[in-house]
Formats: sequence, structure tokens, C-alpha cells
Amino acid sequence: MSSSFDVVVVGAGPGGIAAATVAAETGKRVCLLDANPSIGGQIWRGLSSKTTRDNRHAGQFAIWSARLANSGCTVRYGVEVIDAPAPGRLRSESADGGDEVAFEHLILATGARERFLPFPGWTLPGVTGVGGLQALVKSGLDIADKRIVVAGSGPLLLAAAAALKDAGASVEAIVEQTPLAALVRFSLAALAHPYKLIEGADYRRRTLSASYRIGWWVTRANGQDRVESVTLINGRKEQTLACDWLACAYHLVPNLELPRLLGCSIRAGYVAVDFLQQSSVPGLWCVGELTGIGGMEKALVDGQIAGFAAAGNLAQARALARQRRKWASFAASLDRAFTPRPELRALPSAETIVCRCEDVTHRDLATRRNWREAKLHSRCGMGSCQGRICGAAAEFLYGWDAASARPPIFPAKISTLQAATRSAAVPVQQAKLHPEPDATSSGI
Amino acid sequence: MNQRQIPVAINGRQMLVNEGTSVAAAVTMAGEPCRYSLHGKPRAALCGMGVCMECRMTINGVPHRRACQLLCAPGMEVVTE
Ligand SMILES: Cc1cc2nc3c(=O)[nH]c(=O)nc-3n(C[C@H](O)[C@H](O)[C@H](O)COP(=O)(O)OP(=O)(O)OC[C@H]3O[C@@H](n4cnc5c(N)ncnc54)[C@H](O)[C@@H]3O)c2cc1C
Ligand code: FES
Repeated sequence: MSSSFDVVVVGAGPGGIAAATVAAETGKRVCLLDANPSIGGQIWRGLSSKTTRDNRHAGQFAIWSARLANSGCTVRYGVEVIDAPAPGRLRSESADGGDEVAFEHLILATGARERFLPFPGWTLPGVTGVGGLQALVKSGLDIADKRIVVAGSGPLLLAAAAALKDAGASVEAIVEQTPLAALVRFSLAALAHPYKLIEGADYRRRTLSASYRIGWWVTRANGQDRVESVTLINGRKEQTLACDWLACAYHLVPNLELPRLLGCSIRAGYVAVDFLQQSSVPGLWCVGELTGIGGMEKALVDGQIAGFAAAGNLAQARALARQRRKWASFAASLDRAFTPRPELRALPSAETIVCRCEDVTHRDLATRRNWREAKLHSRCGMGSCQGRICGAAAEFLYGWDAASARPPIFPAKISTLQAATRSAAVPVQQAKLHPEPDATSSGI
Repeated sequence: MNQRQIPVAINGRQMLVNEGTSVAAAVTMAGEPCRYSLHGKPRAALCGMGVCMECRMTINGVPHRRACQLLCAPGMEVVTE
């Protein structure tokens, strides 16, 4: 079922939904693709028009999903984009097999994943991501009365803890590695976004029974075939808490595989974009977490800007410039506040596994000079996750540039790969990224 | 809440799960690890969003499917790896 559109949007989280909706409302033929069984991305996962439970984000989802449904946009879910075999074409795979879609303009909104850092015991069943455990619960995992420790770093800790408690769990502790001083600085900066502070305070209010340990971090997970307890430290004191689940992750990192594959230039860990969200590749826009971890509001603003720009409606795109600046600065302050502390580099022991797919240990890696050498000698990052988990860990632990973006960017069936019509690789033409014109001249 | 129950077989054992349950959630509730690592250690879902591949298993005869990304369907046969 090969087909062709004016605008193709990859990723149906808030960023992709906003982009696809405004472009389709402008009259363009738009196709929105997502690997998940339904739209919504990470934050709106599991919500549907039937959702009746009180949910902070359900209001926005209701508005945007209704707008999307009325926009005339073609929506395809359960479709994973795995390759860009030729200019203007994407290759995908779904339960129905392989497919290709052609586009005039492309908007990427592939979101972020959690950053996992290895510590002894992190491979035990029962140790999950923070958003990871929340996602499993949203997809039916029963955690009623289970004891859960939520740890790592970032605003997701409080949001997830509140959601886990609402699902009936006993949240034993929330363990934030960031030092108190950094958290205070962040809160002061966030005064520019009072509504985000209120949201954070509300999550905390709903989890008051759990101790909130700022400046503490997990040093190991203990157990035989499953996590039974977790050991924490704050640099001076050590403590072990019994638990059924340990949800532990260190903020988020963007899913850069597709932008990299398409030749977008990356700056300081994110896709470099201009003030209209256009990447260094002409006709290719990137939005949401790809250009800075800033949450739903940032994704909605970026998405609309890119959607308007891709549809040629530059005035409407420019009208959102002030909001764009506001959320970009919020994203930067999140990154500053929730940087993993250096002590976390000392957590893995020689036997601690760093690459979970290929069982490669810290001992196997610590003496390597770079990611390439590590891959060659140990198969680190060559397993089925293609370095998505160990790459971010290796960047932090060893200071390597662990980027990878080889097609297919997700494992695919042989039949899907064989059917791909791959043209010879052409160097991607790079455009100069224009800084934002100053507010007076942009006609705001 | 009156949710429809769906029968699935996990490693040959029949169980009922609520409609809308992912295969990874069902396997976890059945008390099974998702897979065994190269060195034979049990592993289970980590990321819950389709990127870590720790939840890969054989679903209806197709190996290496990501169980966190698939919803249970009536009569599904799931075998952990
Ligand atoms: C596990 C997790 C849980 C989170 N929970 C919360 C929360 O509770 N509250 C909160 O405020 N924020 C949460 N976040 C932060 C969240 O990333 C943002 O709030 C917001 O959802 C970002 O929107 P986005 O549109 O940039 O990306 P996302 O919402 O992440 O959407 C990206 C979409 O792209 C799709 N995709 C990626 N690659 C491909 C591909 N190759 N082919 C097809 N589709 C693809 C994904 O399936 C996904 O649906 C969470 C993040 C993660 C990783
Ligand atoms: S739990 Fe990570 S891919 Fe399924």
C-alpha cells in the first residue's frame, strides 16, 4: 500500500499530533505514523476518548485528538519507520508487513527514551525505568499494594510516583540524585512557568506518604531472581529499603536514530533547528523532545510551528515564537538541573553488565578507547537494541560518542528489508540554520 | 469497572487478562521473566516503550516480538525466550 503525501509526520505524541493537525487543517495531504497501537505518545499513552478517570493531561488530549480526527489527516498506527531508503521516501513495518510512504515535507516527532545508568543489580527483573513502570501499569500491569521505590532523576519521578500511587502501589521512597541546591535553582528558574511548579507540587502532595530524598542515589539492587531491596546513599549515609519494584532512570534522552539517518545535524545532544523548527536538512522539521526535553507543552508549541511552516503558513508559525522561546528555556533549565552527578560513574563493579543485549560488562569496556573499538571487540551496542540503552550509558560512563543510526533502525523482517528499493547514498545537502529574527522585525 | 476478559496462553498456561493489557504486563503478572540473557540470567521489561528489547519473546509463533508494544488478543500464544 505505497502512498504519497504533502507532509508525513513520524511520531504521534503531542508534538506529532499538533504538527499533523495544523498542517492538515491548512489543507495539506498529511499522514501521521506511529509504532504504538494507538496515538498519544508517552504522556498520553493509554488515554482514549472513553477515558473517564481524572487525568491532568486528558483535557489537552481530548482537544487535540478531536482536532486531529476532524483535520482530514490520515493516521496509521502500529507502523514503525525503519529506514529512509531514498530521498523523499520512508520504509516502515507493521503487522501487515513492509510498506513505503513518499513525502514532500517531513516532520519528525519521535520523542525521547529514559536514560539508564548501570549499577550492580540493574538487570534483575523488577528493576525498570520510571516512565517504563508507569507505561507497564498503563498497559495493564497490576501493582496494587506492591512496594515501589522510584529513583533516578528528573520531573518524571514525581509524576510517575503519583500515578503509581493512584494505581494502588505503596511508594516507599522517591530518590532524586540532584543536589538540593540545584533543585532550588531549578525551582526559582521555573517561577517563569508557575503552572509547571504547581503541577510538581500537586504530584508531591499526592505522594506525601513517601519520603522524598533529595541528593540520594541508588548504589545497588539486591535479590536473587528478582529485586528484593535497594541500597541508597547520599554520600555519607547508606540505607537499604525492601521493595517489590525499583523504578530507576536518569531523565530522558532524545530518540535521534531517524534524524541522524536522514542527515540532520546534532548539536549538544539534540537536533539543531532554526526558529521555525527546521533542521539542517531542507524540508525536514524536528519537534518536541528531539529538540530539547521540555514536556508536553513544548512539544505542542514546536509541533504547531513545524506544521504551519511545512504547510507554508509562515505568519502563523512565527506568531508562536515567544512561546517557543519560553519552552526552550524551560527545557534548558531541566537539563541543567537533572544532569547525572559524577559519583554515578563509580557505581558499576567489574562484573556489572553495561550492554544488556550482549551481556558485556564494565570490565570488558572500561579499557576501550572509544565506542567503535568497544563494538569491535565486545559486541557492545551490536545487539537487538542497537545501542539505544548502553549507548547513553557509555556516553556518561566513558565519555564516548555512542551515536548509531544504521538502517534498519529497528529490527525488521527479512521480507521487509528485501522489498526496500534503496537508492545509492547521496550526501545530504545541509542548509544554514537561521537564528530567530528579532521580535520587532518578525511582525509579532 | 466491567472490563472484558481475554484468554491467553503463557508458556502453555491459560490465563485471563483484562482487555487492553500488553503482553509484557500479562507475562509479568504470570510471574515469568521475559527472556534469559546470554549467560542464562532472567530478564524482564525495562523501558516499557519498545526500545530496550528486553521483553522480546515468541508470540503466535513469531520470535523476538516486543511484548510491551503488543496488546493481548483472544487465544494468543506466548512463549518466553
Ligand atoms: C516512558 C516515558 C514516560 C513519560 N511519561 C510522562 C508523563 O507521565 N508526564 C509527562 O509530563 N511527561 C512524560 N514523559 C515525557 C514525554 O516525553 C513528554 O511529556 C511528551 O510526551 C513529549 O512529546 P513528543 O511528541 O516529543 O514525543 P512522545 O510523546 O515521546 O512521542 C513520540 C512518538 O513517536 C513514536 N515513534 C518513535 N520512533 C518511531 C519510529 N521509528 N516509527 C514510528 N513511530 C515512532 C513513538 O511510538 C511515540 O508515540 C515520558 C517520557 C517517557 C520516555
Ligand atoms: S520493555 Fe523495553 S522493549 Fe519492551
